[in-house]
Amino acid sequence: MNSIISYAHIKHNRVSVNGEIIFQSPDTLSLSEFLSEAYKTLAISYPKFHKMDLQCKLGFLCAEFAIKETDFLVVNDLAKTAIVLSNAASSLETDRMHQNSINDKTNYFPSPAVFVYTLPNITIGELAIKHKITGENAFFVTEGLDAGLLANYVNMLLSDATEAAIAGWVEVDGTNFEAFIFLAQKAENINKNCIFKPLNQSSVITIYNQTQWTH
Amino acid sequence: MIFTSYSNIISPLGFSTKENYEAVCSSQVAVKKMVFPFSKDPFCVAKINDQLIDQCFDALGSFNPATKLEKLSVLSINDVLIQSGIDTQDDRTLLIYSTTKGNIDILENRYKDIDAKRIYLPVFASYLQSHFKLKHAPLVLSNACISGILAIIIAKRFIEQGYYDNVLVCGGDILSEFTISGFKSFNAMSAEPSKPFDAKRTGINLGEAVATILITNKKELAQPYNAQIISGASANDANHISGPSRTGDGLFQCLEEIKTENKEEIGFISAHGTATPFNDEMESIAFDRAGLNTIPVNSLKGYYGHTLGAAGVLETILSLESMNHQRLIKSEGFETKGFSGNITMIDSHTNKSFTSFIKTASGFGGCNAAALFKKISN
Repeated sequence: MNSIISYAHIKHNRVSVNGEIIFQSPDTLSLSEFLSEAYKTLAISYPKFHKMDLQCKLGFLCAEFAIKETDFLVVNDLAKTAIVLSNAASSLETDRMHQNSINDKTNYFPSPAVFVYTLPNITIGELAIKHKITGENAFFVTEGLDAGLLANYVNMLLSDATEAAIAGWVEVDGTNFEAFIFLAQKAENINKNCIFKPLNQSSVITIYNQTQWTH
Repeated sequence: MIFTSYSNIISPLGFSTKENYEAVCSSQVAVKKMVFPFSKDPFCVAKINDQLIDQCFDALGSFNPATKLEKLSVLSINDVLIQSGIDTQDDRTLLIYSTTKGNIDILENRYKDIDAKRIYLPVFASYLQSHFKLKHAPLVLSNACISGILAIIIAKRFIEQGYYDNVLVCGGDILSEFTISGFKSFNAMSAEPSKPFDAKRTGINLGEAVATILITNKKELAQPYNAQIISGASANDANHISGPSRTGDGLFQCLEEIKTENKEEIGFISAHGTATPFNDEMESIAFDRAGLNTIPVNSLKGYYGHTLGAAGVLETILSLESMNHQRLIKSEGFETKGFSGNITMIDSHTNKSFTSFIKTASGFGGCNAAALFKKISN
């Protein structure tokens, strides 16, 4: 039985893990400021974080929070762990930044450090590097969170060589942002910090709607 | 069994698969030197004639304004629909669209009469959905330079699991100042026609193309190539976001997973071969490590440049043509060995009897993919 064992959800300057808000910043903080604050609460030192674009930072943090209290990285074979992400805007926020650097021919300053982030799957790459995860990759661009697609595609992978997956939604578009990442695996384990929900469309919808953001 | 079916390629070398295959076999090269307003020196790119695109699109009928990529995609998908006769309104048919940048030229304010929201890939996809009256919203995959081959692998998985019978895989990207300036900032562009795997290679040429292939479980539609997709896998190097693993780890993992036991059947490997120093070196090491060093290798980037989201689809189609004609396509631009892995390049168009081939790709974000295709034995 393939299960969802943990998830994290970030929006409205709040971080929720398994449905409970565990960190929040004032609404007045910008996304960049909020991400810095959230990073500090993890108490990790990862210099690469500071080079990432906002979407990668958001996805990176959401995955860290989903993984933090679990033994996901210990139980599963990281060569057989997939990363499947999605959003609606691809890498549009960083695309705009790169476009702005080339619009004015008299002030032309395209930067490789920006350009490299003009692909949505770079977020997958950053997660892979952080955790040494080398399995299947896919980045889908869908109008909204497609719970059926994510559940079905991860189940497809788990029916073959894949043993575990990090999957979800990571998007930054102007001032709007949201990340929702769940961990799924074949193996059963007894970690008390894990939830066990069957990996299917309705579970993904349920956990996506679990957090009470207004509190 | 999952089969490859009808296909189309639109590139500077032609507007059909046949035109493209014949052009490549006669060693025509799409990359040409062009001057751009933002660069004082000319450099090589492969560009499709804009007027020709408009003429062909207008000949299809009278439609609402469309972007360049939308026109190219409509032309390519339309050709495959006509050839195959499949019903787009069928619940069992899906379109997967592979692209890195989609309608990126909308950011340049190029279009006066087109909703800027079509920069969003799902909105671009819904244009294609309404044009072809597709039952399902097209699924967009954007996974850097492996998008095309990964889309074919995903099509196979969807059909195998019973979700669909027919999956159209269309890959497309256009030349834009956006991508040209970006790759230039990386110093990854070659001013001359690129030389994949050659000792004197200096970088990529960017190209534009749209390519479409139908993947199906219906044997009666397998006729164009009588070939099936045996296996496919993707893997991440987990090493660097803009450079490949020096030891080819991710690509090696893909090659191990696609289980290429019957090496004597494999006619060739269609490599990614972008002509950057690091990429081609990495591939040679991965092929060598996987024990594939007796299998000849080509890259088609010397003809088309790097067509990004289209590349994997375009190169798979030409590889299927190559297998159909039992003829290996020369790795254009290659003269002198410029890599450390023990592999053999295809240095001239050669006749060869074989029944399968491997297609690979690698890209930014550390991603890699490989798939194994095989003739159906009758």
